[in-house]
Amino acid sequence: MGHLLEVKDLEVKFALRMGDLTAINGVSFTLDRGERLGLVGESGAGKSVTGFAIINLISKPGYISGGSVIFDDRDLTGLTGEGMRHIRGNLISMIFQDPMMTLNPVLTIGTQMVETLQAHMNISRKDAEHIALEKLRMVQIPSPEKRLQQYPHEFSGGMRQRIVVAIALLADPALIIADEPTTALDVTIQAEIMELLLELCKSEGTGLILITHDLAVVSQVTQKIAVMYAGKIVEAGLTEDIIDNPLHPYTQGLIKALPDGRNPGTRLNQIPGVMPSLIDIPPGCSFHPRCTIRGDICRYESPALREIPGYRNMAACHMLGLKKEPTEKDRAE
Amino acid sequence: MKDSLIDIKNLVKHFDISGGLLEQLAVSKGRVIRKRTVVRAVNDVSLFVNPGETLSVVGESGCGKSTLARTLLGLYPPDGGEIYYRGERIDGLTQHEMLPYRAKMQMIFQDPYASLNPRMTVQQTLEEPVVFHNPSISGSEVKDRVAGVMQQVGVDPTWVDRYPHEFSGGQRQRISIARALMVDPEFVVADEPVSALDVSVQAQILNLLMDAQEQRGLTYLFITHDLSVVRHISSRVAVMYLGRVCELAPTTNLFESPRHPYTRALLSAIPDLYDRRHKYIKLKGEVPTPIDLPPGCVFNGRCPHADGRCSREIPALVHQGSEIYVACHAVEEGRI
Repeated sequence: MGHLLEVKDLEVKFALRMGDLTAINGVSFTLDRGERLGLVGESGAGKSVTGFAIINLISKPGYISGGSVIFDDRDLTGLTGEGMRHIRGNLISMIFQDPMMTLNPVLTIGTQMVETLQAHMNISRKDAEHIALEKLRMVQIPSPEKRLQQYPHEFSGGMRQRIVVAIALLADPALIIADEPTTALDVTIQAEIMELLLELCKSEGTGLILITHDLAVVSQVTQKIAVMYAGKIVEAGLTEDIIDNPLHPYTQGLIKALPDGRNPGTRLNQIPGVMPSLIDIPPGCSFHPRCTIRGDICRYESPALREIPGYRNMAACHMLGLKKEPTEKDRAE
Repeated sequence: MKDSLIDIKNLVKHFDISGGLLEQLAVSKGRVIRKRTVVRAVNDVSLFVNPGETLSVVGESGCGKSTLARTLLGLYPPDGGEIYYRGERIDGLTQHEMLPYRAKMQMIFQDPYASLNPRMTVQQTLEEPVVFHNPSISGSEVKDRVAGVMQQVGVDPTWVDRYPHEFSGGQRQRISIARALMVDPEFVVADEPVSALDVSVQAQILNLLMDAQEQRGLTYLFITHDLSVVRHISSRVAVMYLGRVCELAPTTNLFESPRHPYTRALLSAIPDLYDRRHKYIKLKGEVPTPIDLPPGCVFNGRCPHADGRCSREIPALVHQGSEIYVACHAVEEGRI
């Protein structure tokens, strides 16, 4: 059996008056059944657009201009309307950042859950409510029978996000795409939601793509990480390899920029400059203006994501693997 | 604390959100009654800030940390308690009497997109506070100061004629910091100054704040929910829950041996990059609303160590030695 999801050379462009802007430029990764992947990057890296492109939800003026999204041996980029509706919310669910925006404020939780189920399967209201109750129990909502009759504003932020998780689980999807699901929540609630999501994915065998800017959160939940920068994956590998042994200068900078409590009061490692906007992505490696180990080639040739000899991570960097011990020397610099 | 820079005693700030008279009317047992709804944002908070230190106030949304900061600066009138600046009482002063203190106490806000006037150039934004506080200052002196401060915060001084929309989020935050530094303050309140920024930019701004503190001998009150940032930059930390300080301790003590049950739960919830298997302490229930505060200790309904006394009696912030203050009956009685 093939992968659950195979994203190949995905390219998303936005057609603007000034010309086409490339938001996603050749992103490729795979996800197996039950596997959890973290898509990490700063704002503007293209991680959310990647998530939307997977379920073919890029809205105009954006469009998928190349590549493929193979899910269960079907290319989703070719599907439209009806075909995609069978996938979205059914085989692939998405969880967004702000639960208040996701839930309809004028419908009860019960109505929203039943509607979702009835949109995807031929099922009576009673049976649908039964499934809804079961899912609410799974996300540990106390007294779910009563809660089903309530409106979103009657719940706290953490409860709302749990309900969103329950709705995402309604049709027993094979894949959940969670886009910054806890960014709007407090840390104690974040910990709760993340543990819940992790346990449900494990027990139900659901695949997960966790999109976030927070490396620490990802490190608790996923098995694999892909780091994005300016519309490309610059490094990909197993979570422990990425965190403990980052290769790409951007990943290294990102991890070192995090205050981790080990050296309080000292200056933090900072990456100079900011992520380029889509309007003026530098030629060659898009990270080169901020990079500390750049060479001449970085200015004009864009590096491909490749295996680095001697390491398990894949990285898109010309300067890696050139010398015998690249990372040692880079760290010294 | 005789030589502290800021001294807050039993500060109280409540917000009446009852609305107009008609909205306050309600029917109860067949009779029309007038009902007031009050948000008890800050209740009986006592704190001191030593000169040159960074005191962080942490807590989850709705715990009153921002209200505390704003009341302290006189942006909200307090409903009770006292505020001292270098031993001088500053609450209840008139606008005019407050002026000299306003120049000494500055604030940096969270969202640099909202806190800079979009119709003012950087030059105008930076000039305004200086000219306001020193009306006699000469034009060339102001220009020099603007250039100097811009240099210090790392924004190219040749960009003075640009508008905020021409800058990135990180640069805007540098400009808001520059604006605060323009009047040579002693005390800066930073309310979530890096929460809206990306990690790589966040590091730049934190470095800038630490540099400015070193060069100018600033004292910071740092309001944030991000505990890893707190651990990195502060000398002491105050943990707030539902309008009260539950623990106040030097940073290392607080992170290495948190005492208050809420602090323990809060710290355990921080995801650790290098400890992927760590377990967090799950609290039961949810944060009660500050409109209906529970009797006794505000944390008692969720606390794993609560007993009868906790639901009756509000615990005081008690000094436990080595600058550690904890408001918890269980800690006081040695139960935990």
